[in-house]
Amino acid sequence: MRPILLKGHERSLTQVKFNREGDLIFSCAKDSVASVWYAINGERLGTFEGHQGTIWSIDVDRFTQYAVTGSADFSIKLWDVQTGQNVYTWKTKTPVRRVEFSPSGDKFLAVLDGVMGYPGSVTVYDLPRSNETQKLSQEPSAEPAFDILTHEGFEIASVAAWSFQDRFIAVGHKDGRVSKYDGATGEFIDALELHTQSVSDIQFSPDGTYFITSSRDSDAKLVDIETLEVLKTYETDCPLNSACITPIKQFVILGGGQDAKDVTTTSSREGKFEARLYHKIFQDEIGRVKGHFGPLNCVAVSPQGTSYASGGEDGFVRLHHFDKSYFDFKYDVEKSAEAQKHMQGLESSA
Amino acid sequence: MAAASVEEIKLEDIPVDDIDFSDLEKEFQVESDVNFDNFVVVDGAPIAPESKVPILSKVLGKLFSQAGKVVDINLPLDEAKKSTKGYLFVEFDSAVSAKKAIKMLNGKKLDVKHRLLVNSLSDMDKFGSESFENEFKEPKLPDFQPTDYLKSWLQDEQGRDQFVLHKNDVIGVFWNRNTQQPDNAVEPRSNWSNTTVKFSPKGTYLFSYHDQGVASWGGKKFERLRRYFHPQTKALDVSPTEKYLVTLSPEPISVPENAPEDFPFGPESNGHQLCVWDVATGVSVKTFALPPAQALHWPMIKWSFDDKYCARLGPNALAVYDVENNFELLGGKIIKIENIMNFSFAPAGVKLAVNRNNELSSVLAFWTPESNNQSCKATIMEIPTRRVLRTVNLVQVSDVSLIWQEQAEYLCVKVDRHTKSGKTFFTNLEICKLTEKDVPVEKVELKELAFRFAWEPTGQRFVTLSRTEVVDDNPSIPKNVITFFAPELKEKNSKDDSQKWRACATVSGKFSNTISWCPSGRFVLVATLVTPDTRKADFEFFDLDYTGEKNDNTRDDVAAKVKSIAHPDFYGATDLSWDPSGRFLAVWSSAVKHKLENGYKVFNVTGEVVREELIENFKNFVWRPRPASLLTNAERKKVRKNLREWSAQFDESDAMQADSALRELILLRRSLMEEWSNYRDDITNGMKQEYNYEIFDFIETSAVDEEFEVVEEIKEEILEEKEEQVDSFEDA
Repeated sequence: MRPILLKGHERSLTQVKFNREGDLIFSCAKDSVASVWYAINGERLGTFEGHQGTIWSIDVDRFTQYAVTGSADFSIKLWDVQTGQNVYTWKTKTPVRRVEFSPSGDKFLAVLDGVMGYPGSVTVYDLPRSNETQKLSQEPSAEPAFDILTHEGFEIASVAAWSFQDRFIAVGHKDGRVSKYDGATGEFIDALELHTQSVSDIQFSPDGTYFITSSRDSDAKLVDIETLEVLKTYETDCPLNSACITPIKQFVILGGGQDAKDVTTTSSREGKFEARLYHKIFQDEIGRVKGHFGPLNCVAVSPQGTSYASGGEDGFVRLHHFDKSYFDFKYDVEKSAEAQKHMQGLESSA
Repeated sequence: MAAASVEEIKLEDIPVDDIDFSDLEKEFQVESDVNFDNFVVVDGAPIAPESKVPILSKVLGKLFSQAGKVVDINLPLDEAKKSTKGYLFVEFDSAVSAKKAIKMLNGKKLDVKHRLLVNSLSDMDKFGSESFENEFKEPKLPDFQPTDYLKSWLQDEQGRDQFVLHKNDVIGVFWNRNTQQPDNAVEPRSNWSNTTVKFSPKGTYLFSYHDQGVASWGGKKFERLRRYFHPQTKALDVSPTEKYLVTLSPEPISVPENAPEDFPFGPESNGHQLCVWDVATGVSVKTFALPPAQALHWPMIKWSFDDKYCARLGPNALAVYDVENNFELLGGKIIKIENIMNFSFAPAGVKLAVNRNNELSSVLAFWTPESNNQSCKATIMEIPTRRVLRTVNLVQVSDVSLIWQEQAEYLCVKVDRHTKSGKTFFTNLEICKLTEKDVPVEKVELKELAFRFAWEPTGQRFVTLSRTEVVDDNPSIPKNVITFFAPELKEKNSKDDSQKWRACATVSGKFSNTISWCPSGRFVLVATLVTPDTRKADFEFFDLDYTGEKNDNTRDDVAAKVKSIAHPDFYGATDLSWDPSGRFLAVWSSAVKHKLENGYKVFNVTGEVVREELIENFKNFVWRPRPASLLTNAERKKVRKNLREWSAQFDESDAMQADSALRELILLRRSLMEEWSNYRDDITNGMKQEYNYEIFDFIETSAVDEEFEVVEEIKEEILEEKEEQVDSFEDA
């Protein structure tokens, strides 16, 4: 795999995202300018300029109509992807750690930090859209639809994500817990103590029925959203910052590395600054992708499963288009299971 | 009154039965010179009117005089009907003649309606007497003894083959596990057989030789199934469908006077040496005496492909037996063929062009040498019709061999000929195409004497080994030539239907003495095996459908691409045999034939050693045969098409076999896979019911091609622009 280096950010990356078609990459960094890139060749399409501080999070809706960014400057900004114009800005009480559009695109969530006396929350905003053009039909409300204040006894939320049909919100907490809320009302449903340290990322499967969490405790876990049952655990030897589930192939990609504050004292090899591929079902490590010379802060895979991008503390986004050997790689068990399936198909068609 | 009283005594009144005549009988006993053993009673004779009696008695007299001198014929007449009664008495001059008459003529068919039943007169006494038990006594049936499922080895999950290893006096059956130590199929047994063991053609039975005869073994544990009592059996052969076993012993059968009930032979078998058995029941079905003064060619009884007919070579005749009709001679008589030298049945049913509905015919071929008024010829005959399908006339012949292609599409008549001077020899191949109309013959002329010939088992190609005529007869100079023949490729739309074989590649300067085709075709091994006059074995694997770039062909217009692909070593090898699937070739050095380097090696088709073992005093290696595949051609094609899928499954099972830790891992992964797919299935159903939501694994973007257009931008960057005043030429 030959990576494409996306050079444009001046400081460490905080999040990368693919749009639904997988042809654009959205990235944000601590340098307060978000970028959009062509996934095919890594050329920069444009930037979203306007934030005053670190952009912690970025997301794009399913129509690639709007992008949303959450920043340390106490604001959330909505951008028109086509023009790069700032469409709307929400003021928040505390820095915004994470933003994500719901699958329908009618609302988005924001994870607000718990500082300055604010308990921290997952806040949901509505986006009134026209059904035909998908554009805003009216000025959005400055007030949130609802707030999910940090549950009593829990530490504040670090990450959050939407399930299928906007139905649930899964929230990862600083204490390693994962809690589940109703996506329409914000009602608390369930929680489980999943990790021993802060949950650093939550990403759902393409269909939004199960999700992967990564944690500073070096584990990544696959959890069913309906039952909150832990399906798989992937153990690594370094703190994890991000994890994603690959479509087509039954893999997961984990990214992490030594803490940013220790980076200067370790060489890149010891820092374990590699993306790790694990088999989603067998939980074995399959391979690693080297390249970054700082920890990986975020990983994302295209919804088509043909490429993935990682954003590092080193300020680069590395975009990888999977090659043939990636798709050809199969365990004997998988090969024979496929073969059997193929045979059965033949028999039933005959 | 006294006289009157005398008169009154009437003879009838004397109670005769009360009088003891024994003294008189003794005194007047007449020594009868009538020996009842000389008489036979004949029943089933025609009932003829009185006028025809002389003719009838003349005819019958003539018939019975075949057996001996007839003294008298007595034809009792029915007075009322004025006709014979249908039975008669014949008196011979001796008891011997009478016995002969019974043997010869009992059951003789006089005509369509009349069949003579000949019995001795004393039989009448024996069977007619009251002491003779008239009641039918049911013979005692031996208790049913269940056997294992005899084809159990075919149900092996991994489809492995079995083979027999024989060292010292220990014989064991093993599972082939490629590179790994073979698994015992059964605990090796010592003295399992006096000599060697032999499998039946489809592998169901294993036969062992013993002093008392032959025993068959089978099933999962190789338990003894049947014993065939035939002391000192030296050779055995099993018919193609495994129904009959033929044994030969140098010791003639002698049936004791008071043979026990379970003695397998009847008195008619006395002196016979060849015996046919029903394999499944162990009953002797037929015995034969050996034809006098004839070289023994084993097998002495040859079978048609379906076991319906078998045949035996006799002096100037061929005896064909109808197996299903109690081994009666076909048509009641032998087929007279002057000087018949050899014959053989087609190994498969032949689809003759004249057959409708794809019937399969049993066909045999034989050859006769040149004699007074006949040229040498080979004849192909259909059985049971005895219709001659084709005769091939041959001249200047020194020897003929008949070589059938395994599917019986072709018969090669290999004719070793000599020049008129008789000094040089060469070979002609007359290839008969049995499935074509009128069985056309294609002649292939060779310049040398071909001493080996082998058809590709599934194809139309063949390989010959021939010897070049060299003046120098130093045995250390290799003189043998391997020649590959293949049918000529025809141009498309060519109207020429005839098929011609062409030599497409030759390898000379070899010692080779054996050709062995892989049972599935394509690959052929040409080997030199250690024999009394060959010291060093040598092997060469050839691929006849080589897909690489350079092949060894000398011409390209044939259906073959020959390439020598491997040349492995095994200097002491004395025998070789392909496994039934054609994937492995076992080569071994038997201590019986050669004292050095005893043991075996197993090669794959590309000539790589899969497994080798040197075993002191190693004697024999026998692959267990398999029945023919039940797959149709269409199914085979499907398998070939999905070879990748199949091999994925086999790779996995091979890996599992190779390492038990890996096996655990694979099993674990399998269960994980299943767990996951079950989880996804559950989710699919759950989501559908609860939220009406269809789950999916990735997002397809169908819009990519339609909505995007490629825009080519050409950027021209001007790096530098400079204006310079050039002095005008004119000004200067």
